[in-house]
Amino acid sequence: MAKAEFEIPELKEYPEIPPIQPGSMAHSKPFVAKNPDFMEPLGYPAELVDNWQEKAIEHMGDLLGKYRSLQVFLDACVKCGACTDKCHYYLGTQDPKNMPVARQDLLRKVYRRYFTFAGKYFPKLVGATDLTQEVLEDWYSYFHQCSQCRRCSVFCPYGIDTAEISMAAREIMDRIGLGQKYCNEIIGKVFKVGNNLGLPEPALADTLEGLEEDVLDDTGVEVKYPLDQKGAEILLVTPSADFFAEPHVDGLIGYGKVFHEAGVSWTLSSKASEAANFGMFIGSYENMRRISLRIREAALELGVKRIIFGECGHAWRVAYSFLNTLAGPFDFLDPNYPVPQHILEFTWGEIQKGTLKLDKSANDHMVVTFHDSCNVARATRMGDEPGGQFTIPRNVIKAVCNNFVDMDPDTIHEKTFCCGGGGGLLTDDLMELRVKGAKPRMEALKNVIEEHGVTNMAAICAICKSQFTKVLPYYGMGMDMIVSVHQLVSEAIVLTGQDTGDDDEQEDSTEDAA
Amino acid sequence: MPIEANGKVFETDEEGYLANINEWEPAVAEAMAKEDDLELTDEHWDIINFLREYYEEYQIAPAVRVLTKAVGKKLGKEKGNSKYLYGLFPYGPGKQACRYAGLPKPTGCV
Repeated sequence: MAKAEFEIPELKEYPEIPPIQPGSMAHSKPFVAKNPDFMEPLGYPAELVDNWQEKAIEHMGDLLGKYRSLQVFLDACVKCGACTDKCHYYLGTQDPKNMPVARQDLLRKVYRRYFTFAGKYFPKLVGATDLTQEVLEDWYSYFHQCSQCRRCSVFCPYGIDTAEISMAAREIMDRIGLGQKYCNEIIGKVFKVGNNLGLPEPALADTLEGLEEDVLDDTGVEVKYPLDQKGAEILLVTPSADFFAEPHVDGLIGYGKVFHEAGVSWTLSSKASEAANFGMFIGSYENMRRISLRIREAALELGVKRIIFGECGHAWRVAYSFLNTLAGPFDFLDPNYPVPQHILEFTWGEIQKGTLKLDKSANDHMVVTFHDSCNVARATRMGDEPGGQFTIPRNVIKAVCNNFVDMDPDTIHEKTFCCGGGGGLLTDDLMELRVKGAKPRMEALKNVIEEHGVTNMAAICAICKSQFTKVLPYYGMGMDMIVSVHQLVSEAIVLTGQDTGDDDEQEDSTEDAA
Repeated sequence: MPIEANGKVFETDEEGYLANINEWEPAVAEAMAKEDDLELTDEHWDIINFLREYYEEYQIAPAVRVLTKAVGKKLGKEKGNSKYLYGLFPYGPGKQACRYAGLPKPTGCV
């Protein structure tokens, strides 16, 4: 494990568009999935096939036929340049191939060569090129420098979605046997064990039991974290990082407290013990569908009436936008509730109904800001009003915290910057990219720290939480600045029957329990 | 990159995690720590041994909270937190300590 061997970008008071440094990130490539076990279970060849060039073109043709949008995106660009300074990876790395238009062009030039009249006969005139080894290397490098956050598409006058182009490129590479280790190993674990971590049922049960003990020690109230409980009303599907990492687990504790106070029965599932769906990151409809179907199967087996998703950015995109087509119809669920529902919609509903007793002063030691996760912000909604995905998380935070400040308007809501680790890039072999890509968010955060005394940044995505925990120290900020939104809720909730006696008494009871 | 310890060569994956957990011996942890300029103390070994025991039972590394709780119970409450663990393993208890213990790397959004 090497120490940082790259330059950490300097944070400025105002965002600056940096000069280009061609090729500065050409060396950045994630580990290739060399182990056949990371490829074959996903339906891909174990290694680069001999006739990869021919196959890649064939697969490109297949995707163009399936996804009309892909062809429109490849045809429509007029090179206006509106996207060039919108990507966090360009802003952080200065590599011009990280300008969204240049990234798209890596695929577009090959598309033109093999699928357009002009490109077939006059390639040089239209910037069309053969699919060479060199081009393939560029694809592998730069399509793994896109977190599919879709910020560029907000500014594109044609709405070209670079994420979809990146997904297609990754799918083509997987199909010719050139896969990325991080994503593909994880998808394999979902198929084999049920979640990204590879956390087997006994370990999950043990972990949840531990949480019940902790909450009991802290509050004197028996809050349950049930697993595989048939007949429960709600199935909670949450990222497995919520069981494993900090501050994720503090959010999970919060979900449980909210359900407890709302008086609903709920359960987690050992089969669908993962909300994340990395099938989306690799652009694979088949894998995305297989991963989604586990949720349907678990819901049917457990006989639940509602499905709620925990704090996970891209999972909410898959859930909100695609779940019904991938794994529906969900006609067996209660139609009086959104299918599926986000945990924040649930919690906000309970806050409005007044079922939760909240003591905001429990979070008075913090000044909180909120990081909009890219997939939630630009690919989904919450509640029944436009922009609910922005207002509901903030409403919940403001209901449980007295001190809330937003960051620069150009860095929040639909213009939010990616954390730098989304889209299947949250892996140690891409640390330079992750640190540099976090720059725009770090800059906005640093400014609210200096101007408003912000102490903590709340997030609603497992990737964002892990990414910030890792990169904050590179920028001289503390890793524990990052909190889960439901961690704030958890702190503020006063459970029915909770021991609210004086501090001494609480100390004693905790010590006894320990 | 294979790692040498106790006069033997041990296969590792691209990220330096032991390829075969069954081959692990304490010298492997010592050798890995040496590469990171870290000297393993009894405090480090407490964590490494707990990770191995937990893995043997559950086939996975313990969640951070499970680990901190176990440490707190064994070594005193003031040590039962991730700050203490990061103090011992600056690259993160989940990843660095697991690597020394011969466990596979925890994957996912962690």
